[in-house]
Amino acid sequence: MKKLGSFMSVATATAVTLASLLSASGTALAEDSIKIGEINHYKRMAAFAGPYKNGIELGLAEINSAGGVLGKQLEFIYRDDQGKPGEAVKIAEELVSRDGVAMITGTILSNVGLAISSFAAEKKVVYLASEPLADGLVWESGNDYTFRLRASTYMQASMLAEAAAKTDAVKYATIAPNYAYGKDAVAAFKKALTALRPDVEFVTEQWPGVFKIDAGAEVQALERAKPDAIYNVTFGSDLAKFVREGTTRGLFEGRNVYGLLTGEPEYLEPLADEAPEGWTVTGYPWYDFVDGPNKVFVDAYTEMFDESPKIGSLVGYMTAQSIAAALTRAGSTDMESIRTAFIGLEVDTPVGNIVYREQDHQSTMGAFVGTTTVSDGKGKMIDWSYKDGASYLPSDEEVAKLRNPE
Amino acid sequence: MNTQQADSVLKVTGLSKSFGGLQAVSNLNFDVRRGELLALIGPNGAGKSTCFNMLMGQLKATQGDVFLRGEKITGMKPRKIWRKGVGRTFQITGTYQSMTVIENVQMALISHHKKLFSIRPYATRLYRTEAMQLLELVGMSAQAERACAILAYGDLKRLELAIALSHSPSLLLMDEPTAGMAPKERINLMQLTADIVEERDISVLFTEHDMDVVFAHAHRIMVLNRGELIANGTVEEIRSDPMVQEVYLGGGSVFANESSHA
Amino acid sequence: MGLFVAQLLTGLANAATLFLVASGLSLIFGVTRIVNFSHGSFYMLGAFVGYSLMQVLPGAIGFWSSVILSGLIVGVIGVIVEVLVLRPVYKAPELFQLVATFGVILVIQDLALMIWGAEDVLGPRAPGLKGIVRFMGEPIPKYDLALIAITPFVLFGLWYLLTKTRVGVLVRAATQDREMVAALGVNQSWLFTGVFFLGAALAGLGGAIQLPKGGADLLMDFNILAAIFVVVVIGGMGSLPGAYIAAVLISVLNVFGVAYIPQSTLVLMFVVMAVVLTIRPYGLLGREEVAGEHGQVGEPEKPIKPASGRARIVVGLLLLGLVCLPLLDSHFVLILATDIIIFCLFAASLHFLLGLGGLVSFGHAAYFGGGAYVAALLVTHANAPMELAFLMAPIGAGFAAVIIGWLCLRLTGVYFAMLTLALAQLLWSLVFQWDEFTGGDDGLVDIWPSAWLSEATTYFFFTVIIGVGGILLLRHVAHSPFGYALRASRDSNRQAEATGIDTKKIQWMAFTFAGAMAGVSGALFVFSKGSVFPNELEIAKSFDGIIVVFLGGVKTLSGGVVGAASLELVKDYLTRFEYWRLALGLLIIFVVIVAPHGIVGSIRRGYERLFSRSTTRVDGESS
Repeated sequence: MKKLGSFMSVATATAVTLASLLSASGTALAEDSIKIGEINHYKRMAAFAGPYKNGIELGLAEINSAGGVLGKQLEFIYRDDQGKPGEAVKIAEELVSRDGVAMITGTILSNVGLAISSFAAEKKVVYLASEPLADGLVWESGNDYTFRLRASTYMQASMLAEAAAKTDAVKYATIAPNYAYGKDAVAAFKKALTALRPDVEFVTEQWPGVFKIDAGAEVQALERAKPDAIYNVTFGSDLAKFVREGTTRGLFEGRNVYGLLTGEPEYLEPLADEAPEGWTVTGYPWYDFVDGPNKVFVDAYTEMFDESPKIGSLVGYMTAQSIAAALTRAGSTDMESIRTAFIGLEVDTPVGNIVYREQDHQSTMGAFVGTTTVSDGKGKMIDWSYKDGASYLPSDEEVAKLRNPE
Repeated sequence: MNTQQADSVLKVTGLSKSFGGLQAVSNLNFDVRRGELLALIGPNGAGKSTCFNMLMGQLKATQGDVFLRGEKITGMKPRKIWRKGVGRTFQITGTYQSMTVIENVQMALISHHKKLFSIRPYATRLYRTEAMQLLELVGMSAQAERACAILAYGDLKRLELAIALSHSPSLLLMDEPTAGMAPKERINLMQLTADIVEERDISVLFTEHDMDVVFAHAHRIMVLNRGELIANGTVEEIRSDPMVQEVYLGGGSVFANESSHA
Repeated sequence: MGLFVAQLLTGLANAATLFLVASGLSLIFGVTRIVNFSHGSFYMLGAFVGYSLMQVLPGAIGFWSSVILSGLIVGVIGVIVEVLVLRPVYKAPELFQLVATFGVILVIQDLALMIWGAEDVLGPRAPGLKGIVRFMGEPIPKYDLALIAITPFVLFGLWYLLTKTRVGVLVRAATQDREMVAALGVNQSWLFTGVFFLGAALAGLGGAIQLPKGGADLLMDFNILAAIFVVVVIGGMGSLPGAYIAAVLISVLNVFGVAYIPQSTLVLMFVVMAVVLTIRPYGLLGREEVAGEHGQVGEPEKPIKPASGRARIVVGLLLLGLVCLPLLDSHFVLILATDIIIFCLFAASLHFLLGLGGLVSFGHAAYFGGGAYVAALLVTHANAPMELAFLMAPIGAGFAAVIIGWLCLRLTGVYFAMLTLALAQLLWSLVFQWDEFTGGDDGLVDIWPSAWLSEATTYFFFTVIIGVGGILLLRHVAHSPFGYALRASRDSNRQAEATGIDTKKIQWMAFTFAGAMAGVSGALFVFSKGSVFPNELEIAKSFDGIIVVFLGGVKTLSGGVVGAASLELVKDYLTRFEYWRLALGLLIIFVVIVAPHGIVGSIRRGYERLFSRSTTRVDGESS
């Protein structure tokens, strides 16, 4: 009897929790609207996907209060893919065939982006890869139906290489997570830097497992190579551990350090007063804008969500803007029209005018490059400037070769 | 092939086993002759099971050899020795709990007919008649379709016998065939075994605690003490052997004692 | 020389957390025989709780009391988990409890997200231990030295507790013989609860004590899981000194690996584990397992029968329903059904090993992903037509299974499971690392079926034929002499060997067959998705398979398929909601508690109970 009692209580508790969870989060969709399928790793990468989703919501609120697109409201359907490419493809199928979305967007992880991109080409569905950075998305694995918004690994690495080339450092060490993004980022940096400075030498390459860094050992290994400068690609919890060990052991003293994405609030903010100082990084200095469209966006975002924007917020906002612009240009929700509309599409965004290039469907969104510092117990970027993405892309011939080998 | 070998089914020469420093079995020499029921007795820890495990290949002998009808089988794997026509039952039964009674027998028949890697037929439909005949032989046909897991212990022992007979062995090794059974059941099972082996011309080597069973059925008896063979003879000879008396009395046990070890 | 010593010290400091967490896992396994997947979650909770406490408790005293308090709090959480979730299912078939612990992982993930938010938090530094000391010019963080000093005390404390106190004696006795402890009149359930408290507390302590070296984030539960299992296995399951030696070995080797072979970070510990298990099959200080201790203990399964006429009609009707799905005119239903059939075939192939063979493989995704990769590689590099690539997938997966099976089958029980995991992980890291050939984690894309199959409807029919055909084939083989020989080898290895069955060879062939069938499902997968990534041969994928086999019912023939279909459907529905992990985790725990014999097993039992009750009543009336 006692057992039955405890069983019943477990059953009731479970049922009640399930019911409340499910009813709370179900959302009804308006009938007369244009739907966009948004696939992301809302749980697995909640810290990144959350601000991104907020960015989209801000964009949507503005677009819809101004009358929507093509006379209809614009609406996003958000779906969680658990960070699994196969799952993402399944959801993409459902969004297209059951929910009747006009096009698909989303993802942060490059491999999920690549999976959706391949699906998009096969099923002739337009896909705007908003956040994934992999160069392959628009080059080696590029296709007619895939477009990409954010400045790619190659572009951001080139910006850092440009800054590095101006110093007299010769011996470089790299540290990057042991997966495709890390490898791409190191390869791009090496390529860009050696093109500018043939005399540089790479003395060691460290490859910690992603989110499994053994920071003490990595710092010792880097120190052992005695580099003049270090190029860092680690991020998230790896970055925090690397910075802490590196600072404690004096690795960064007297060395130039270049950090890809390190200046993005997603990575810099958690470090608080332990943020590294004097690193040259790409990032997003939202706190520093005084006027102009950047400031307008930051204010609107802060007001709507009562929190400061991340780079993801900006990308999300620009995703909504880009899609609205493409739909308007297409004049219909016909897939081919949307696809054609995206080619050469110009969008007016907080960071300025961007173009979805004809040759590779990469947008010309750039990145902010600056130096890190700590003020008021927070990591910040100073002496920053916005670098237009268009200037950091390979020549058209090279791009053509990458997209169509032979 | 000389006449002596033709008469001997199993020949054991100089068989020894030591575990570390402990000599479990030393220098055993004996024959199992065709058609006989040979009992191996001795107090607990005398080395009977060790001896059996060496004969059947479960244990490696430190020294000595075992010949089956003249062929050396020392060091062979149990399954190879089985294929040469030696059946075995265990002190603690090891049937397949997830199968029915008849499937247990069918399994042995499938193995005997070398159909183990076949994936086409339904196993339950193979050799059913043969399996049923074996079950009838041991008086288990009524329980053929029951799950093995719910059988009474005595029935398990019978089933094991049926399994051991499935490949028509010429020699049966039975380790404590009646252990854990009621006294009446023991006599019945041993009588059944004796009848079957006589009819089928099978030689049997068995160990047994129950001296009533041994004296009632064995043709010949060997006595093992501390790993050594101390006596070997007919029932009468063993009964009257003073050394055997000594061992058993000294070991705190008497012939009549129906000890309850399982 | 200075650098060498400094590196050694780094390794020793890293070993501290690893040892604390792994020793808890080892204790829990040793006494309760539960493979606690949620141990990483206790570690994560320790970090978050420690972080929160350190925000309020100031100074060095505050810091260290926070560390200890986190251990105690997480220990209490462990007790809650044990009492609410595990106690009801101790009687279930062995390893079933791991499904419940999997549910706990999901629940804790969402709860932690609700409480602490999505952002990583940086751990506070230990007051008074922020700086470095120099050894022969090399900087050594003071906190590293503290960690190195603390660990032996913990080890000694545990040793004292386990050898010098009555509780410890009981715990050790339970590790060796659980029945005996029960016979001594000790309340076993409180002993288990106590061990869970200690194990969880150690994990929590590990989480809190590493804060100054890093922080807390929501991925750390899974990130440490593989490493602690490796440590426990290398050390020998249940051995605390073994866990310490293994933690030091792994950590120190890792430091030198980082310095001299930087690319080795992914595979190193799995290579070490494979090597150790090859030389010492039960780990460094582990004892040989008593045969039959794992896999199929408890009540034996019911005898199986070829499907009756009625069952055939039911299956036929279900199939007919499946074939009629396209009439619904919903493209997505077809896609979902395709996915489910593929997963069902994968689960069925694992069930063949796990259920019929009693061979608990923790690395079955290697053959699923392996098959998918064989097909994808042939398409990408050899431009092979889809039909040929599809055919080669099971052959390639089977080939991998032949080799891995040969290596693993020398071991039994949990060690077998762990070696399959290690080797699967090696295969994963090969695929992950060798990007010129396999595309690394960017995977292989544009692997679409031939034109005649490119329509979703035709591919669905293709999946029905191959997938359902594969499931039926597995089922048929279960009834064949080979399937029987496999069960015989599991039920009584001794009896099987004594009646002419080469059990190792039977198991090896079964391993290969199951691998090849998983390869078929992998091939179906890759052509339905058009791409494949390393996560298809990851640990998580293997665990998915194990979960559904147990959830469906390991001791029933259809358990794998039913479990897979149910979970896949439920997941498809639940992931549409925000806190789906919490909901799914609670649902899994709920099913585990109400249906401790799996879905199919428990339904059958309920049915039989009803049936037998009615017959006894009839008997009673007639007599």
